[in-house]
Amino acid sequence: MNVELAVSLWRGGANGRYETYRVPQRQSQTVLDVVTFVQRHIDPTLSYRFACRVGVCGSCAMTVNGKPRWTCRTHVAKVAASGKLEIGPLENLPVIKDLTTDMRPFFEKWQQANGVFAPTKTRQDDIAQIRPDTPARMAADAAIECINCGVCYAACDTVRWNSGYLGPAALTRAWTLVNDARDGGNTARLQAIAGSGGCHACHSHQSCQELCPQALNPTAAIAGLKRRTATAYLKGEITA
Amino acid sequence: MLHRISGLALAIFLPFHFLALGLALERDARLASFLRWTDQPLVKVAEIGLVFLFTVHLLGGLRILVIENLAWRDEQKQLATFAAALSAIIALAFLVRVF
Amino acid sequence: MNVRLYIWQRATAAIMAPLVLVHIAIIFYAARGGLSATDILARTRGSIAWAAFYGLFVLAVSIHASIGVRNVLSEWSPLSERRTDACAVFIGIVLAGLGLRAVAAVVVP
Repeated sequence: MNVELAVSLWRGGANGRYETYRVPQRQSQTVLDVVTFVQRHIDPTLSYRFACRVGVCGSCAMTVNGKPRWTCRTHVAKVAASGKLEIGPLENLPVIKDLTTDMRPFFEKWQQANGVFAPTKTRQDDIAQIRPDTPARMAADAAIECINCGVCYAACDTVRWNSGYLGPAALTRAWTLVNDARDGGNTARLQAIAGSGGCHACHSHQSCQELCPQALNPTAAIAGLKRRTATAYLKGEITA
Repeated sequence: MLHRISGLALAIFLPFHFLALGLALERDARLASFLRWTDQPLVKVAEIGLVFLFTVHLLGGLRILVIENLAWRDEQKQLATFAAALSAIIALAFLVRVF
Repeated sequence: MNVRLYIWQRATAAIMAPLVLVHIAIIFYAARGGLSATDILARTRGSIAWAAFYGLFVLAVSIHASIGVRNVLSEWSPLSERRTDACAVFIGIVLAGLGLRAVAAVVVP
């Protein structure tokens, strides 16, 4: 194939701009291949992240033609039908340089959502017996495979409009812990996600579910949290 | 987004709706003459728009209540959105016939 | 939005869903039948049922709309949380006030 792609890449920080590069199109090429080509053969000052390049780590997430995706799992042929590609850093996060973002707000919100296991046993106790087919464990398992890639956070309208919103990933992790029979921190956790940046800010637009590369459903997890916090509030276990 | 816009539009319209009905406080004839004013085609078009917004907002709200409280599979949600859009169009068509 | 406002928002929505359907049916019926103001008022004046139905509707919508508009303001406007709360209360009072006045207008004989 001798076709060339016109690739726009974001260069600079928050006040940067798109610059265009010409990249030869190849068979089965992924967007990550394109970015790598630019960095290796055209401009070595291009900054971007990747690790496994086979779709298991989530490091290569970027905005491709307007949508957040894993670039290693996005075939150019599928998204650049007219030979044009626009690649930028993930939305809703501060830009460090070019295609890399500062993921700290994402992880800080994880902590704010109490997305941390609160143990109830010590190593001297017997191992907890958790059946995999209880409804709670099945709900947790359906949401547990999050690898913190940030695609859902970048896709979320509410994250964009509400700077205090904890986001789909943090809330999904909170949901897995709420359903974890071994965890002892649920009252504090439900309290943490019942405030102004919590689960109730979600409008169920489902961009997260639509774009999650792990096929998770944060909308459903957050809906579960809405029900749990409502019940806890009505029972007087948490306050508004 | 349609849900949000329809909600805002309805919230803005409502006080006027209440004020119009409140005209009956003065004299029934005040409300009667107001209703004659609303017989104009332009007003009828606006009324159709309002009923459409009303229906859209209701259906969007039902969609949310279902997503948040019932266990639906992802494909079913798309079907529900489609059904809701279809219902809104049917409601609108029916209303156009009425007017 | 927090858990308390969420519950009020969803609860008033659930209460209003059937009320809205009845209201739409009433609109269609009145429009098709070409009901005049006199006809409508003849049916509503002195009716406890209509007073209860629309009274409940007005109260529910005042709560629902004020919380809804507050959410939109907090996401799309630069107003602080205190200001959006104040707007919500104001809108709720205006809607409830005008609405109950309108209900009284058509129901009180």
